[in-house]
Amino acid sequence: MKKIALLPLIVFGLLVIVLAAGLRLDPAEVPSPLVGKPVPPFRLARVEDPKASFSPSDLAGQVWLLNVWASWCGTCRQEHPALMAFSRSAKVPLIGLDYKDPRGSGAAWLEQLGNPYRWSVLDADGRVGIDFGVYGVPETFVIDKKGIIRFKFIGALTPELIRSTLQPLLRELENA
Amino acid sequence: MRRALCLCVLLWCAPAWARDAGRAQAIAEQLRCLVCQNQTIAESDAPLARDLRMQVSEQLAQGRSDQQVIAFMVARYGDFVLYRPPVKPMTWLLWFGPFVFLGGGLFQLYRVARRHEQELT
Repeated sequence: MKKIALLPLIVFGLLVIVLAAGLRLDPAEVPSPLVGKPVPPFRLARVEDPKASFSPSDLAGQVWLLNVWASWCGTCRQEHPALMAFSRSAKVPLIGLDYKDPRGSGAAWLEQLGNPYRWSVLDADGRVGIDFGVYGVPETFVIDKKGIIRFKFIGALTPELIRSTLQPLLRELENA
Repeated sequence: MRRALCLCVLLWCAPAWARDAGRAQAIAEQLRCLVCQNQTIAESDAPLARDLRMQVSEQLAQGRSDQQVIAFMVARYGDFVLYRPPVKPMTWLLWFGPFVFLGGGLFQLYRVARRHEQELT
């Protein structure tokens, strides 16, 4: 058999590899252009105490997490136990962005399920969410000591993701 | 008299409104809805599409140019928010690939035809 007859087989093999790699990607996932950029500034009223407010500048010099959630979000309910476990053991502040919730709904949800957040702020009209490139809920951003966004989790955080990806990253950023 | 004056002011503003509305629609037809990703934010009913359409209108009302509004969206959502992928080195394969393959196929066809012709003569 001539060697050249193997060419279609080789091309087919390469095609299988490329397509198999492609099948493992999620085409609906939108990578964030904000990774590596400074966290968008904002100042919003706190969910627990509307008279108080929070801004990312309040946590300058610290590594922290911003978790986008809402009382109307079913996946957030699924993510909630993992966040509760994480916040109980972790030293890194977990800040919540209550996205497009009517006033009071977020607070009631936290009352009912438990509050894993150090503070939550209310983004009632979703404008801060747009600044963060939020297109679904939940999403979680990791911010380093210099206020740079270093990672974005799209979808719910699971115990596996926390253990395999989040905690090593936090360790690395804390030691920086 | 005051009613007539109000009417005059409104009619005078109307062309600006219409112009901005036209620009907002044109921009919205260039931006992808991140939720219903096969639609533009002009077509999509998703809440995010509504929010983004509102952002576009507000920014135009503030005097931003079309390019500035689109840049605002790309800065937050990346190139994927552009309904038509931009033509840059990263997307050359996407845009020109089909033509390259077509060219390659036609070339092969030509070679086979030539060989056939030579074998026949």
